Amino acid sequence: MDRLNARLGYLTALPITALLLLSFVAPLVVVAAFSIMPQKVFSLAHLPDFSAYGEILRQGYWRSLIWSLGMAIAATAILFVISWPLAFAMAKVYRRFTLVLTVGVVMTLFVSENIRLFGWVLTLMKGGLIEGYLRSWGFAGFDGLLYNVPVIVFGLVYVYFPFMLFPLAQGIAMVPDDAREAAVDLGASRWQLLREVELPLAAPGIVIGCLLCFVLSAGAIAESKLLGGQAVIVMGDEVETAFTYGQNWPLGAALAMVLIAIIGAVALFSVSRVDLDAMFGGRK
Amino acid sequence: MKPTAVTRALLLGYGILVLAILYLPIVAVGFASVSKARYLTFPIRRYAFDWYGEAIASPTVSDLLATSLRVAAIVTVISMVAGFFGALAYARYQWRYRRLFQKLILLPIFFPQTVLGLALLIWFNAIGVTPTWKTAVIAHLVWIGPIATLVIAIRAYSFDPALEEAARDMGCTTWSVMREVTIPLLMPGVISAGLFAFLLSWGNFPLSLFTTGADSTLPEWLYAKMVSGYSPLVPTVGMLSVAASALLLAIGLTLPALLRLLRGQTTD
Repeated sequence: MDRLNARLGYLTALPITALLLLSFVAPLVVVAAFSIMPQKVFSLAHLPDFSAYGEILRQGYWRSLIWSLGMAIAATAILFVISWPLAFAMAKVYRRFTLVLTVGVVMTLFVSENIRLFGWVLTLMKGGLIEGYLRSWGFAGFDGLLYNVPVIVFGLVYVYFPFMLFPLAQGIAMVPDDAREAAVDLGASRWQLLREVELPLAAPGIVIGCLLCFVLSAGAIAESKLLGGQAVIVMGDEVETAFTYGQNWPLGAALAMVLIAIIGAVALFSVSRVDLDAMFGGRK
Repeated sequence: MKPTAVTRALLLGYGILVLAILYLPIVAVGFASVSKARYLTFPIRRYAFDWYGEAIASPTVSDLLATSLRVAAIVTVISMVAGFFGALAYARYQWRYRRLFQKLILLPIFFPQTVLGLALLIWFNAIGVTPTWKTAVIAHLVWIGPIATLVIAIRAYSFDPALEEAARDMGCTTWSVMREVTIPLLMPGVISAGLFAFLLSWGNFPLSLFTTGADSTLPEWLYAKMVSGYSPLVPTVGMLSVAASALLLAIGLTLPALLRLLRGQTTD
């Protein structure tokens, strides 16, 4: 029985593993190889040097890196705060509304990110939905709310909201009601209940949610391009520019490697601390 | 530990507010798509559906539509098959490298998609493949395949291995256990994974951006027009794409109920 199980395990894992080895792992290896090629070459048949990484330090690309990581951290923190009450309500308070909310939120995921961000451009721009209507109702007009850093963070919060909400709700559902009742019976205040019982027991969901939001925001381009104009240049943008206009693949590859290394370290560290079976409702 | 009625009402209000904000930009695009003016400003003075007629008649738009459809359809089929098997390896069978496999499945989902798209572009270049819509299929699969696997895995976790064992004890071969027990039990998961796969591929932009070569999908075209050279067709085509997703979702959600209804009538 166990041997059959093991054999079936290997067999069934094969198709998707093959797909990921060929089109996820292999490309990353090639990018890593390109990042140590001399500048401005288009093939891997050169002696490696690490000039691309030197270029990153010299050209001040770390500024984009800090913007990307900073905005990702800000978006993740904001998302956690606004999603927690809602996730809590989905897991413990709402009855039928949980389904409405779930379907409602999942449906927005199926509308291209571009279209939704474009909708915000139309909403927030000068002469847009908000400013235009306010002015026509006799309020003073203003210059539109686009093209600054806060609006980029807002865009990140908006786009990655589902990626925080659902893992959080899943995490909170893992907190047994008995544990919460026991804490209250023993005299815990609302704040103590949150800090000592709910947050630790919901930790797997919190970790996955925060990780997803951080990683996706750190690599995001569309928010800063569509909503932010040229307010700041983010890391993903630098990578794209190096590959396209710059025609400097090793530089682009090295920039990508820096981003991948940071994200990969954070992701592997967090994922290794979470029980992936428990998260999806598996039995021990 | 029951929440008070006030808390309940406040949380409900908060939920409704969040939903309203989520849909606000889509409503804005909807309004923009029926504005008659070439240069859009709110409040909209004259409404017209002219842009819809123009979008439907435009050969560019139908080309984009065909490419997007083709990519999404192939991605859906492959994700459903690979996801079905992958989910069994992820959730059902105990085998040696299962933990490693679970991490391999999660990693692409946690990966910035634009960087993934660029990495694939370099990879295709290194092995001498010219990017077309076919390479975009591969790119989408790297991200959507694992998601389909997870969606089916959630279903696979909840089914009882004893059912398969019973079938085997009664003399079923491994293949017939698969056909008679496993596939029917996981079918709802496979169908929702297919729906996810299609819709995510249909709306995906960051992966398509670098991997379609000379071909272009709908979201790519929209982005290009938004960043440079606005066209009044942008909100219209955007709305058409949203409508297509909504239609498919509606079919996907009501089809199981319809089938049950039909089957009930024939057996009665």
